[in-house]
Amino acid sequence: MKKLVISIVLVNLLAACASEKPKETAPAPVPRAEAPGKVEEAPKGEAPRSAATTPSQTEVDPLDDPSSILSKRSVYYPFDVSVVQDADKPIVQAHAKYLSEHAKRKVRLEGNCDERGSNEYNLGLGQRRADGVKKMLELGGASSGQLESVSYGEEKPKASGHEESAWSQNRRTDLNYLK
Amino acid sequence: MFMRFIRYVSGLLLLAQVSMAGAVLNIEIIGAGEHQIPVAIVPLGGDDKLVQSINEVVTADLQRSGLFRLVDPTGKSPHEPAEVNYADWQVRGAEALAIGTVAVQPNGRIEARFRLLDVVKQTELVGQAVSSSESQIRAIGHRIADLIYEKLTGDKGVFSTRIAYVNRQGKSFRLIVADSDGDNEQVVLAHSEPIMSPAWSPDGSHLAYASFETGHAVVYVQSLYTKQRVVLANFRGSNSAPAWSPDGKQLAIVLTRDGSSQIYLVRPDGSDIRRITFSGAIDTEPNFSPDGQYLLFTSDRGGSAQIYRMPVEGGAEQRMTFGEGNNFSPRHSPDGKSFVFAHLRNGKFHVATQDFQTGQMTVVTEGGWEKKPSFAPNGKLILFASEARGRGILATVSSDGRVKQHMFTQSGDAREPVWGSNF
Repeated sequence: MKKLVISIVLVNLLAACASEKPKETAPAPVPRAEAPGKVEEAPKGEAPRSAATTPSQTEVDPLDDPSSILSKRSVYYPFDVSVVQDADKPIVQAHAKYLSEHAKRKVRLEGNCDERGSNEYNLGLGQRRADGVKKMLELGGASSGQLESVSYGEEKPKASGHEESAWSQNRRTDLNYLK
Repeated sequence: MFMRFIRYVSGLLLLAQVSMAGAVLNIEIIGAGEHQIPVAIVPLGGDDKLVQSINEVVTADLQRSGLFRLVDPTGKSPHEPAEVNYADWQVRGAEALAIGTVAVQPNGRIEARFRLLDVVKQTELVGQAVSSSESQIRAIGHRIADLIYEKLTGDKGVFSTRIAYVNRQGKSFRLIVADSDGDNEQVVLAHSEPIMSPAWSPDGSHLAYASFETGHAVVYVQSLYTKQRVVLANFRGSNSAPAWSPDGKQLAIVLTRDGSSQIYLVRPDGSDIRRITFSGAIDTEPNFSPDGQYLLFTSDRGGSAQIYRMPVEGGAEQRMTFGEGNNFSPRHSPDGKSFVFAHLRNGKFHVATQDFQTGQMTVVTEGGWEKKPSFAPNGKLILFASEARGRGILATVSSDGRVKQHMFTQSGDAREPVWGSNF
């Protein structure tokens, strides 16, 4: 059962990643006007609603706000590097703040690598990447009980191909929020 | 000029495609040994009545090794020494001749009686009866090929040995054990999460491996006979890279429970875990020396991935590889005199070996996407993961780099191969 939930979360995450790209995904269904007062649960598995369709709904989880930095759930690395790059630090810091304010939320940090290394070396490198993000989240106020770090090494590439365009996408740590 | 090129190619490059009915892998052989031994294999009397031709297995095995030239026996079919006219075989250039018979016994078992004859000296080199159940009939062929190989080359044959690898097809992962020719495959584990780093116990009865089925890498030890398994290590973070000691009494594994990837020793039941590296770097891919005294491993403690060696019981760690590029996945040769590893240089992975005494490194493949090399138990062949036609395949190369073969699975990518350590 737990496995199923994790798979669904993963699908969500992939959808979110895809929607960061220029190519637009299908627009989310606009909420019907006949239920104006009702605060909706953010529908899982659908594209995030745009800010325009949910005016001033303070109870929307900022995680689900596509304009929030929290919608970014991946940090990327140069080859054989496991330190979070300056450009990505604000992402991790924002998640740290969010986690410190939402003590019940838990996040899985999943380290990944490109294929230039042995599988085992990359498993170690991916773990170091995930652990680096975990440490930064803890420094930013998240508690260790909210965090789990794992590595997939090079075993779960997002992009395939023996070239930098694929490798650069695969060198990353994903922040995967658990339900 | 062009003709000379053709002659060169046909002279040096033997390209044989062995495609057996029902075989799981398609095999391509490239190159040939320097001195191929001419041998004639006469199909065993009764071979044509079997469900699986033994002759087919024997000839395919010998051909794959690259060390033999098969002399065509057409027109002559002696099955007993008395029926052999040695002049026939001398004329055809054969130095050795294999003959014999095979029959189904009253109890249903298959029994082959086989002899290898020296055509020049006109003597018997070896004679043996080999039997098996009908379902294991290929094993008879591998055994005969091993006998021929051993008698004619002086090294033990590895045709009866087994390999393990991971087959990945989309999101389906299968851990597979097969004969050294890829046939007779047995699925050890199948699920939708990655499987890594299978490692044979010294007696060939168990496999240790890392599996992601619970969401992170956990090391298991599984019996190939009962299929039962135990969790060897399931700590937070990653548990991986199992390697057996030669006596089978402990394994080296890699854990991140105390920080970065470090090497630990553990008993096969998961007890008595103790840490043996303390670098804070990535220390991984431990591999025991045949005498059980040393471990080779990969570490980035010097800034980039290189091969190191340390005494198993702790002590001074020594860097083994230097120079351009990065090095990974070391494994000792069976005689302990050298090791094989994956050498990454200019964006390409090569299979390389290094002699312990001289420190001399030899690159044995042209390079490409060649990873996870391991020696056959006789040290004459190296199995590794490669890529061809956009797919992950298994490949072997003779330790001298002369003969290569590619083994294609019917579907999916073959990864993480490892040759069983016992004959």
